[in-house]
Amino acid sequence: MQFSKVSGKKNDHKVTLYALSTCVWCKLTKQFLNENNVEYEYIDVDLVDENDKQKIRAIIQDKSGSLSYPTTIIDGKIVINGFRKDKLKEELGL
Amino acid sequence: MTTIEEVRQRAEADAKTFGYYLIPQPELLQGFLEGLKTNEDRYGYPSCPCRLASGIFEYDRDIICPCDYRDPDIAQYGACYCRLYVNKQVYESQSFPEVPERRPVEKQARAYGTPAAAAKQAPVQGGQEKPLVKAEKAQPGVKKKLWYCKQCGYVVFREDPPYVCPICKAKREMFAEIESTVEFNG
Repeated sequence: MQFSKVSGKKNDHKVTLYALSTCVWCKLTKQFLNENNVEYEYIDVDLVDENDKQKIRAIIQDKSGSLSYPTTIIDGKIVINGFRKDKLKEELGL
Repeated sequence: MTTIEEVRQRAEADAKTFGYYLIPQPELLQGFLEGLKTNEDRYGYPSCPCRLASGIFEYDRDIICPCDYRDPDIAQYGACYCRLYVNKQVYESQSFPEVPERRPVEKQARAYGTPAAAAKQAPVQGGQEKPLVKAEKAQPGVKKKLWYCKQCGYVVFREDPPYVCPICKAKREMFAEIESTVEFNG
């Protein structure tokens, strides 16, 4: 799977964002992470092939997240569904 | 190709018809319209910009904007899942409610394609008589039925009954399946 990496000064957590290229709330999540200088990787799920879609589904469901976008996974264990500034701030210590 | 302006006019007209409003923030609204246009250019229909589509019409028809879930979501939360369509109260407060996903998980899963399931096409039923109207290509797992609204008589041919009757606004519970049988004589 080809994730896009965004570097940032705040890199003490591994932040992975599953997004859709068409989704407004996904764009706002990316914007929020950029503004807060958070290092993260993201993938636009609507632009990947079938095999990657299945892998992504397995990853998200394994962590008991719902298949909605944006889904942010922090350090491989905390799952945040939706654009939740409050939760992102809390979990990332912003 | 559809223009952003056409997408906007369609959404505005639809909101007006149902007494809804579009999200008040212009930059967010623009984002939704662009997402809808992208999906329409990509798939041939404006599927929900906030959900993953399969690209197969029969699998995506419930999430073609305005989606099947919009009316019950606005009735319950004041906004659709995307929050593109909102009611007057949300429009005026300019703060957005959390709207959980109402689409059943098994329908969501169709967008992730299981090659084995997709390869196994539904078996062709019936004899050699050619149907008068060529049926749409059947998709595995999609079984359409006839449903009627017990309140007003509206009839619809689709997988599930609507959440709200588009004619008389009766709830889904008012829909019943039409049992049909075909008899061959002579």
